[in-house]
Amino acid sequence: MTETLVRARNVRKSYGHVEVLKGVSLTVKPGEVMCLLGPSGSGKSTFLRCINHLERIDGGRIEVGGDLVGYARRHGKIFEMNPREVSRQRRGIGMVFQRFNLFPHMTALENIMAAPVGVKKVERAAAKARAYELLERVGLSHVAGHYPAQLSGGQQQRVAIARALAMDPELLLFDEPTSALDPELVGDVLDVMRQLAADGMTMIVVTHEIGFARSVADTVVFMDGGVVVEAGSPAEVLDNPQNPRTVAFLNSVM
Amino acid sequence: MSSPAPTFPDTAPGAVGSEVSGDDDVVAIPLRHPWRWVVAALLVLALAGLVASLWTNPNIEHSTIATYLFNPKIINGVGLSLLVTVVAMLISTVLGVLLAVMRLSKNPVMNAFAWLYVWVFRGTPLLIQIVFWGYLGLLYSQISLGVPFTDFTVFSVDTNTLVPAFVAGLLALTLNQAAYSAEIIRSGMLSVDPGQHEAAASLGMSPSYTLFKVVLPQAMRVIIPPMGNETISMLKQTSLLSVIAVLELYTVATQISSQNLRQVELLLVVSAWYLFLTSVLSVPQYYLERHYGRGTAAQAPSLLERIIQSRIIQRRKR
Repeated sequence: MTETLVRARNVRKSYGHVEVLKGVSLTVKPGEVMCLLGPSGSGKSTFLRCINHLERIDGGRIEVGGDLVGYARRHGKIFEMNPREVSRQRRGIGMVFQRFNLFPHMTALENIMAAPVGVKKVERAAAKARAYELLERVGLSHVAGHYPAQLSGGQQQRVAIARALAMDPELLLFDEPTSALDPELVGDVLDVMRQLAADGMTMIVVTHEIGFARSVADTVVFMDGGVVVEAGSPAEVLDNPQNPRTVAFLNSVM
Repeated sequence: MSSPAPTFPDTAPGAVGSEVSGDDDVVAIPLRHPWRWVVAALLVLALAGLVASLWTNPNIEHSTIATYLFNPKIINGVGLSLLVTVVAMLISTVLGVLLAVMRLSKNPVMNAFAWLYVWVFRGTPLLIQIVFWGYLGLLYSQISLGVPFTDFTVFSVDTNTLVPAFVAGLLALTLNQAAYSAEIIRSGMLSVDPGQHEAAASLGMSPSYTLFKVVLPQAMRVIIPPMGNETISMLKQTSLLSVIAVLELYTVATQISSQNLRQVELLLVVSAWYLFLTSVLSVPQYYLERHYGRGTAAQAPSLLERIIQSRIIQRRKR
């Protein structure tokens, strides 16, 4: 087991001529909860998507569990992975999306079972039992047979979290998990995430919920303009920010 | 038939309406539609006239229609038309999925091939394609499998043995339909939210697993209505196979009418059969739509449920 689970060094990413990430470096230890804050367009979501190779990086390197993301070292050289190798790597990295992205043609239970059965080849009965367990954990065992369209946004997002957990990931990525929710539904989702953090899950959370960051995060990272402006404990970054950009951002959201 | 008077519960006092009854419900006189009755009457009259003119027309021998409607040759023709339709649709759908995937892939070779295929088969008339496959023997008298530009061959057969008229017709319809189906399937796949691909990828699903379990089942909802249309087109297009003498419904009918010179009667027989078959083919479409529509909206009731429901409503009206 390595000391660090995620190590990003000098990560760069451009869309055409626009450089979105201009050399992002950070490390995440196992069991750590890191919250990425920053104004929209700061590159925080893009960086999150680079960690599971949904976006290809143009420079620098990202390692998860000691392995390069999207690339393989062989005979002292670095090769681009083929799609099957990328899929295999992503099994260990769960992701929760802003728009939930549940499979609409499957029930809540089937959504959770799909990847264990189809990818890990877990037996259906075992996968089903596990899916019920996970639904129980997010407080939704009563909607197992419902389709996503029949669930509220908050319920959909909790099913999405259960779906990600079903693959037993060593790292969970959250891309603004509560931004698409009605205000009264945010609390339920944050409670589930808080519980996951307490259970020792390693999480990287892009969020605008300053209160959640303050109470749950081990590390808060403030990004702006494609770079890490400030990083540290919530007390350091949120209560005693050093950089004027951090101060301006926090003043505007709090 | 008049619809029951609509009621508007909880109408605010002073709202526009007719007399307000005791229990706060507006009882309105339904809007009348007198012109519908006039137009309907005119249409019925015109239709009756047309039927009467056909019925009393001395140039039509009604007994001939009755005789040939269930003639064994005609029935065989119906069977063959249906067989060609089903087989061509099944194979062309598989080819269409393949072409659509190639067209959407990032691989430039596959992409170009799929584009070229659609360009050729959609860009030339079906009738010409049918004749082309029918006359394949004129182009290649022998079909051989071997290494190109050498004398080495694994086998070699006479083209007319390997590709009789039936196979040529099936080939022509299938390959042509694949080009159209590919475009329909491609549009269906494009209609699936990109977030679905990302969700599948983040769960470690392979591209092929994502295609078959996530993308296609959702695309089906968009694909099925136009594919139902294509199936009905296909059934009618089988009549084009008469140009290469495949013994489908229309060919058989023209063979019979060339002997007894009862062209109009046999055309009516053929038309009746096509109408019947196209009506029957829309039933599976309904059930497929229902199946792939699950999870998107309130579940539509089945055909049977709908009939029972409408009966109940009718009874309540009385």
